[in-house]
Amino acid sequence: MLARYSRLLLLAGLMTVTPIGASSIQAATADSYDPWPGLVQDIFNNRPIDEGTGIVAIEMPYRAEDAAIVPVTLRITLSPADNRRVVAITLVIDQNPAPMAARFELGQDSSVSEISTRVRVNNYTDVHAVAELSDGKLYMTKTYVKASGGCSAPAAKNAEEAKARLGQIRFRQFAKPTDGPQNGTREAQIMIGHPNNSGLQMDQLTRLYIPAFFINELRIWQDDALVLAMQGGISISEDPNIRFAYVPHGAKRIRVEAKDTEGHLFQGEWPVENSGI
Amino acid sequence: MAGTTLQMIIRSLFLAGLLLSSGLPFAYAQQEALPTSEVAPGIFVHAGATELMTKENEGAIANVGFVIGRDAVAVIDTGGSVREGERLLAAIRERTDKPIRYVINTHAHPDHVFGNAAFDGNGIRFVGHKNLPQALAVRGAFYIDAFRRIMGTDLIDKVRTVKPTLLVDGTLALDLGQRTLILRAWPTAHSDSDLTVLDEQTGTLFGGDLVFLAHIPVVDGSIRGWLKVIGELAALPAQRVVPGHGPVSNWPTALLDERHYLEKLAADIRALVAQGRPIRSAADTAAISERSRWKLFDDYNARNATAAFSEIEWE
Repeated sequence: MLARYSRLLLLAGLMTVTPIGASSIQAATADSYDPWPGLVQDIFNNRPIDEGTGIVAIEMPYRAEDAAIVPVTLRITLSPADNRRVVAITLVIDQNPAPMAARFELGQDSSVSEISTRVRVNNYTDVHAVAELSDGKLYMTKTYVKASGGCSAPAAKNAEEAKARLGQIRFRQFAKPTDGPQNGTREAQIMIGHPNNSGLQMDQLTRLYIPAFFINELRIWQDDALVLAMQGGISISEDPNIRFAYVPHGAKRIRVEAKDTEGHLFQGEWPVENSGI
Repeated sequence: MAGTTLQMIIRSLFLAGLLLSSGLPFAYAQQEALPTSEVAPGIFVHAGATELMTKENEGAIANVGFVIGRDAVAVIDTGGSVREGERLLAAIRERTDKPIRYVINTHAHPDHVFGNAAFDGNGIRFVGHKNLPQALAVRGAFYIDAFRRIMGTDLIDKVRTVKPTLLVDGTLALDLGQRTLILRAWPTAHSDSDLTVLDEQTGTLFGGDLVFLAHIPVVDGSIRGWLKVIGELAALPAQRVVPGHGPVSNWPTALLDERHYLEKLAADIRALVAQGRPIRSAADTAAISERSRWKLFDDYNARNATAAFSEIEWE
């Protein structure tokens, strides 16, 4: 299963690489062609997906202001009266070179209610969030994002600084949000210094594609209970940033482990502030 | 698709007919010269429109110019379409017959390099920051696709990435004959390939997009790096600056508004980060007090705020 997703996260991108001269065909068809049915087949094995209003919500700015850093928030809106839970949410940016941006797996006992991250957006595109519930059913919601204008590009702004930050992990806890959907909800954020290279860029000197180099796995625990796991792809912005709302269950420590495509392991551990609440 | 192709063929035949009937000796139309003004002896500038690149303005939104020495000419930025580049070439030919020796690109953004193909060939050397080849390689195809949607195939199909062959790391002096241009490559600021050109003889600085006036500054590199670079830029021995966007102005007072904006943006974002606010909050609130001072504020401020937030949160 993991291998299958990893392939989707990366290879979908490589297959669409075209020389500059041929790219006009791609551009001309991008707006009219709807890739979603094909993505349902590739990512979800053609399983039926129901309308997800009242289960999962997605928020993005209508316009991708900076193509390299587009904030996205996934919110679980499933009624507490529903006896199912959300097991995973998959984020799909339909028109990106690698459409499957990330799959988030939600820990059983952490009541994650919101996940925010930042993604690259290459084109005018639908963005889908697909929630998988504990009964195996899939539910989908979507939004539409206009591509950025001007000189914005889904590329590194400061490659030297990105390299210097490689592997740094920062953890931050925020005051309890007053409008939190559930009592006891806390917010926390993980930042990982990583260029998250797409592998779609050619090295001018060697004429070879710079290999993809990105965080493909991230796990967050409170003590030994999984809070959140992410399988990430090249659509996740440089310096991956995950902010999430969860319910601490009295754990003393938050632990983070991330892996990239070259096998580097990044780890960190922090005490939970005011863990008694 | 077929209809479009047919229309193109018909249009081409029609144009060919016009050219034949007008008796032009070449198989291409001479472009109308881009209007330029002489801002200092031997230095000519076309003032770009303070707008976004569109089909209507043919991408001509950045200031582009050229410097004429005793022996040769240097071009500084080529504009936002090959058509603008051709019109710049026509403007040069109205002023001088001397050979064009250099095309200098102040950075990799489309409004400054999309005209390069108009100058490619004839032994002209393309000059840029040491990071320029990589920046063009990484962004070139994306920009061409994005602007084909905005400006149309007629203007964009001719755009090609021209690889610079003379790279600047630190400083480089270019001799045009009794006239020396001092090129300087800067650390990441507006972008990661910013280059300035100083004409020592007249004290005229081509600031590229390290200097914005009237047009809101655009952060596509590092806001902290840019503020640092502004401090060093101000010490350059120039009388006047040709900014990347906005009117030719006195030096170094031309930097004041830009510095004020960037400092305000950075301060507002530091406050948001300290309060634990999310990145999306920056787009609506940071530097909003600067709104009335800049053109195109609504087109770029949210983007600047987003980019600056992702940098400042690592402090």
